[in-house]
Amino acid sequence: MSTPPTIVVVGHGMVGQRFLEALADRGVTAKARIVVLCEEPRPAYDRVQLTSYFSGRTPDDLALGEPGFMEQHGIELYLDDPATAVDREARTVTARSGRSFSYDTLVLATGSYPFVPPVPGKDAEGCFVYRTIEDLLAIEAYAKTARTGAVVGGGLLGLEAAGALSGLGLATHVVEFAPRLMPVQVDEGGGAALLRTIEGMGLTVHTGVGTQAVTTDDAGAVNGMSLSDGSTLDTDMVVFSAGVRPRDQLARDCGLSVGERGGIAVDEQCRTSDPVVFAIGECAMAVDGRVYGLVAPGYEMAETAAETITGTLAEAFPGTAETAKRAFTGADMSTKLKLLGVDVASFGDAHGHAEGCLDVTYSDSRSGVYKKLVVSPDGALLGGVLVGDADAYAMLRPLTGSVPPVAPEQLIAPAGSGQVTLGPSALPDDAVVCNCHNVTKAQVTACSTMPEVKKCTKAGTGCGSCVKLIGQLLPQTGDKGLCGCFPHTRAELYEIVRTLRITSYAELLDAHGREPARGGDGCEICKPTVGSILASLSSGYILDGEQAALQDTNDHFLANMQRNGSYSIVPRIPGGEVTPEKLIVIGEVARDFGLYTKITGGQRIDLFGARVDQLPLIWTRLVDAGFESGHAYGKALRTVKSCVGQTWCRYGVQDSVRMAIDLELRYRGLRAPHKLKSAVSGCARECAEAQSKDFGVIATANGWNLYVGGNGGATPRHADLLAQDLSDAELVRLIDRFLMFYIRTADRLERTSTWLERLEGGLDHLRDVVVHDSLGICDQLEALMAAHVSGYRDEWAETINDPERLSRFVSFVNAPDAPDPSVRFVPERDQMKPDLTVLTLEGTRAG
Amino acid sequence: MTLQLRIDDSWFTACDLSALTPGRGVAALLPDGRQAALFTDRRGRAYAIDNRDPFSGAQVLSRGLIGSENGRPFVASPLLKQRFDLETGHCLDDEAVTVRTFAVRVGVA
Repeated sequence: MSTPPTIVVVGHGMVGQRFLEALADRGVTAKARIVVLCEEPRPAYDRVQLTSYFSGRTPDDLALGEPGFMEQHGIELYLDDPATAVDREARTVTARSGRSFSYDTLVLATGSYPFVPPVPGKDAEGCFVYRTIEDLLAIEAYAKTARTGAVVGGGLLGLEAAGALSGLGLATHVVEFAPRLMPVQVDEGGGAALLRTIEGMGLTVHTGVGTQAVTTDDAGAVNGMSLSDGSTLDTDMVVFSAGVRPRDQLARDCGLSVGERGGIAVDEQCRTSDPVVFAIGECAMAVDGRVYGLVAPGYEMAETAAETITGTLAEAFPGTAETAKRAFTGADMSTKLKLLGVDVASFGDAHGHAEGCLDVTYSDSRSGVYKKLVVSPDGALLGGVLVGDADAYAMLRPLTGSVPPVAPEQLIAPAGSGQVTLGPSALPDDAVVCNCHNVTKAQVTACSTMPEVKKCTKAGTGCGSCVKLIGQLLPQTGDKGLCGCFPHTRAELYEIVRTLRITSYAELLDAHGREPARGGDGCEICKPTVGSILASLSSGYILDGEQAALQDTNDHFLANMQRNGSYSIVPRIPGGEVTPEKLIVIGEVARDFGLYTKITGGQRIDLFGARVDQLPLIWTRLVDAGFESGHAYGKALRTVKSCVGQTWCRYGVQDSVRMAIDLELRYRGLRAPHKLKSAVSGCARECAEAQSKDFGVIATANGWNLYVGGNGGATPRHADLLAQDLSDAELVRLIDRFLMFYIRTADRLERTSTWLERLEGGLDHLRDVVVHDSLGICDQLEALMAAHVSGYRDEWAETINDPERLSRFVSFVNAPDAPDPSVRFVPERDQMKPDLTVLTLEGTRAG
Repeated sequence: MTLQLRIDDSWFTACDLSALTPGRGVAALLPDGRQAALFTDRRGRAYAIDNRDPFSGAQVLSRGLIGSENGRPFVASPLLKQRFDLETGHCLDDEAVTVRTFAVRVGVA
């Protein structure tokens, strides 16, 4: 065997990476040595999404390719080391570091560089270009001390740069030489719509003027610009974004043919004038004489070059499969993007260059929408421009070249005025759905899920504009079932259990579960859910019989498991009111059992670090002192927080503490789809923060206002006012109905806030049901709550008085007196914390 | 009737079968100081795996909920809910992770 051939790739941008993936797909990486020289300090990243760095995406988020791709395919990647010379005679490439590589095949993917007009001051401090992550980092750093920024260039990238400067808080100017914005993509009407919208955002646009000079202060930093119309502009920084030029210097230096206006000349196989040297992407000039600055044609060239090289290798190395010839003859310039929040799309013959073509235009200056379709005399769609509303792009672009099934004006008319929205079924099978990766409808519909589409076809992984359309092309699952065991929602299961008076999980699973799940053991999702429904409808002791096996560990041991397997304990302190004697007992218990204590957000005290075998001993002391379970472990009522109210506070208008205690004692132990929190404030100052609770009560001079559906946490929501000036009895009755209606209709783990958002008809519907009894179910709801209230027993008191129930509270079934040696603690701030070092050891041993 | 675990070449009696509630687990302390999680399912079949949750390091798998998927029994860790096949020890949510399993039999005390 001869030594394997070497392929050297110069440039690791989006197209270079795509070329490597195309080689890997064809098995070439296993047969050839691949060397990649990259100028930037980081591997290929998604330059199309570059601006998303400013909306929070990190450089790592933008990285392209599967992690480990280079290692997996044995590709040698040299970062921060650009190629500096090519010796075609000797077939070697030399890099800046002095490294030199012999090649059998050379692929130039050097991309392009930003064009900076040759004006005085262009290199001053405060001048930038907009091309790499490093450029963005530099712009971001400089913008911290700047107040005004100007972007030279009102094209696609220029507007992205302007959006970024504006987002960094700078007063932003855009200077465009052409008479309109985005002159390449949109026509005059589209440019006008874009201009109005962008000016409406507070940016200043100067069209039809050129930049004559960048002016500087004494220190040499930018302080302004002078323009071709004689005016000047004060600015602290300038970003040049006036187009790009192909990086063809390396090719020129080694004598390869280049185009008159730049670009390495290639044939239909992407071969340069030297048959073992290829050029792909923005550095290449295609056979149609054009240099393509978009990623989709670049990808197409990468595939073409990879295909050709694979074929050449197959001739030299028999055994590699012969492949079909592929050619790159040109590409269309369709684009859809969101610039400064404005949708802009252009496709096909956007400017109407075809002979005899007609256009259909819809324009609404008020809302900044402009749409134009270009059609041939026989009605075929040739192209179009969409500004402000480009939803139709995903459907229109694939239809380009064919006669649409409806009149063109119906495709762009606004919704509600005769617009016909074409469904994806109107697309022919060979319509290209993903332009970035050239994927057809037929290829997409051969898959059944979005991850499968992305993996098999790469569709949807480029600009992302086709993702919505792909979603519509895939089969709709529509399975709203709770889990793999039940095809029903939680609310449906609740109705089945209630109306058929089902009392056990096994009975429900075997009669109503999905066929394959019947007779099985269920799963960790439906068991606690059904356990909660059974508990809501029966209010018996939840640890008995079959129900014991349904509860999550926290409900099973009536405590909250913490990260090292120990538990925390929260005794109920209704309304946050506690006597000194009870506080002393909590302190003594914590001290005697060595527990870590912390005040909770719900006006109670959490005791951490109890082993499972200590729980009954701790609770015996607590129950003796008059405490009961706080249900911190359950999907149940937690606390009803209160302010001190009228009794002490000079502003209070009602006794909020008494009301909070009454409500907490009424609803304690109530099992629900998720935890429930409440609060009562004694006046409108709202010190108890009742509007952030599932149900919150605020005192008025005439009674109580009831708010529902509030939430704190990760997705805060202010509660909605359900009813005003209620008496004590009216308030309680309304809360009874509200809670039972929620328990009956909510999904698993759905807080009242999301439930209310989802509820059809929203707050008005809820008010109809629980205030006006529109469904005639309020008697039923009240009866269910009455049964809960009268059936309530303290779970911990019942547990410690029953030897059978106590028997589960051991660390080891075969050594009931042995403590778990893996639960250990170390000191911290005068208390203790879990010793996690014992957990990192494989197989903790006693000792 | 007792539940026995195979450890090295001998059978270790962990507990009386009646100590197990179908659908729930218990922990047993093994002679070498390790811990096993023991379970029985609805049909009374018994399983034993290592009690240590490899994701947290805590000895808690015996306190997870068991279930079945396509006829295969599993336990879901009570901490972060990863599921483990009770017969093979393979984690169903991360194929790189496996916990030790023990052969079990019912012995006559």
